[in-house]
Amino acid sequence: MGQFLIRRLALLVPTLGGVTLAVFLMLHLTPGDPAQIMLGEFASGAEVQRLRRELGLDQPLLVQYVRFVGRALHGDLGVSIRSRRPVAREIADRLPATVTLTASAVAVAVAAGVTLGTLAAVVRSPLVDSLVMAVALVGLSMPTFWSGLLLILVFALSLRWLPITETAGVRALILPAVTLAAPAAAVLARITRSSILEVLQQNFVQTARAKGLVERRVVVVHVLRNALVPVLTIVGLQAGGLLAGAVIVESVFARPGLGRLAVTAILARDFPLAQGIVLVVAVMYVFVNVAVDVGYGLLDPRIRYR
Amino acid sequence: MLAEIARPRPPAAFAWRRLRRRPVAALSALVLAGLVVVAAAAPVLAPHDPYALIPASVLRPPSPRFPFGTDDLGRDILSRVIYGTRISLEIGLVTVTIALGAGTTIGLVAGYYGGPVDALLMASMEVLLAFPQILLALAVVAMLGPSLANAMIAVGISGVPVYARTARGVTLSVLTTDYIQAARALGASDGRILVRHVVPNILAPIVVLATAGMGISLLVAAGLSYLGLGAQPPLPEWGAMLSAARAYLRSAWWMATFPGLGIMVMVLCLNLLGDWLRDLLDPRLRTAL
Repeated sequence: MGQFLIRRLALLVPTLGGVTLAVFLMLHLTPGDPAQIMLGEFASGAEVQRLRRELGLDQPLLVQYVRFVGRALHGDLGVSIRSRRPVAREIADRLPATVTLTASAVAVAVAAGVTLGTLAAVVRSPLVDSLVMAVALVGLSMPTFWSGLLLILVFALSLRWLPITETAGVRALILPAVTLAAPAAAVLARITRSSILEVLQQNFVQTARAKGLVERRVVVVHVLRNALVPVLTIVGLQAGGLLAGAVIVESVFARPGLGRLAVTAILARDFPLAQGIVLVVAVMYVFVNVAVDVGYGLLDPRIRYR
Repeated sequence: MLAEIARPRPPAAFAWRRLRRRPVAALSALVLAGLVVVAAAAPVLAPHDPYALIPASVLRPPSPRFPFGTDDLGRDILSRVIYGTRISLEIGLVTVTIALGAGTTIGLVAGYYGGPVDALLMASMEVLLAFPQILLALAVVAMLGPSLANAMIAVGISGVPVYARTARGVTLSVLTTDYIQAARALGASDGRILVRHVVPNILAPIVVLATAGMGISLLVAAGLSYLGLGAQPPLPEWGAMLSAARAYLRSAWWMATFPGLGIMVMVLCLNLLGDWLRDLLDPRLRTAL
């Protein structure tokens, strides 16, 4: 296991190198002069020159990249053009709200997705199966910015069960978390179902049944543990996607978070802030996937020797 | 009898025959065809001008005159939803063309030439895959600036690595077949082998990917417009219309209902069709998607 862990962590170095390079190049692949874009068309030549120097744009590319990575490793992501505050501070202020929303959505998605997928596969009723799969397909096809609005309409405005204006507290988290979780739950339900159906055909399941185990025990002890291994990979991929998807859901529910910050940064052409957010979210996504890979190795010893 | 079997049926007729056996997929193909007709005939079908402001009819609920109601500026929502079909189909086609064109080319070249070309191309694709798709699209919009055209480019680019990876994988498996060896032995050039022998054989999984991918592209592009980073007002784009509806949720539920329904119907049909195509053309992809 130690060796597997080291190998997996070593793979992080090229990935993170690539991610930082891509984020670094965002500024340089931008058509036009980024300093001019950030300051607007009325900025004087001297102002533009000063910003170019401040951002280090007058240096050779390689020097700029090494500096960018070096400073990022020390938690320095530059200074926001609009607010003049350090980008790292801006992000740190908003990150907890986004992480809370994402984590709740992951929990909702796993609970709902695995339950529904198991139900569809295990209950021997074509009606239940088709119904669950139909719900999953609809969940997959609804944009979160629409399902969110509909949930507000029904549960906050018509039924008045849940608040819309509050941004703090658990009750205020329910609708956004469900909205964000829906498409991921749909994906997980589909994967869980097909994974269970595959495992149900294995010989060891027949053995378990033959030795007289109750069906529920067969499913819980023998099938689920094996079927959930591929599901876990998808959870990792979905978790990263949800972190990015929170951008839209935060905007629907007017929740302060990284997403709203990102939209403001993009609209204001605030490159350092936009770069910082993209870098932080991408790095978190990479680490979530490594964590899942490691979890995978813990669950299934066969993976470690690949 | 033998001649009957040997004569290849036209692919469209074949697909239609198989489609009839799965009514849900057939229905979604029909609905999509209907949406194409709506988009093409928008000027004829729309009862009002989608941009015309009718000050006397602001925020009217659905009625015979305005079946989907009117928005905060007194514009007919039905007409705007009808014109929105055009924009969404355009978004779907443009984004998938960018993603499929660039992605398949990269995958083909990487798979065919191998070696350092393959290593370099695939390493850059791996880096792009390290970003969730929405984040990648946001990053590209951050670079290019907010507009519908830039949002389409961004969503297109964000889809490239998936096509590249699939195209490369299938290319590698096609290259091991006897008919490629035969073409090489006969002295065919690289270009000829790629175009005449490899491309037709990797199309099936790419088509499957494109159908499901178009649904995702539509969702991401509409999401960018919802955030104000894509289509700008007064364009009747569904995501942008929902964004405007948010402020009037309390008083005008119809503003938030019909544009979203449009997106969902289009994406749902694409997903159903994609599932069916996947089962039909390439069952191995079942777990990959």
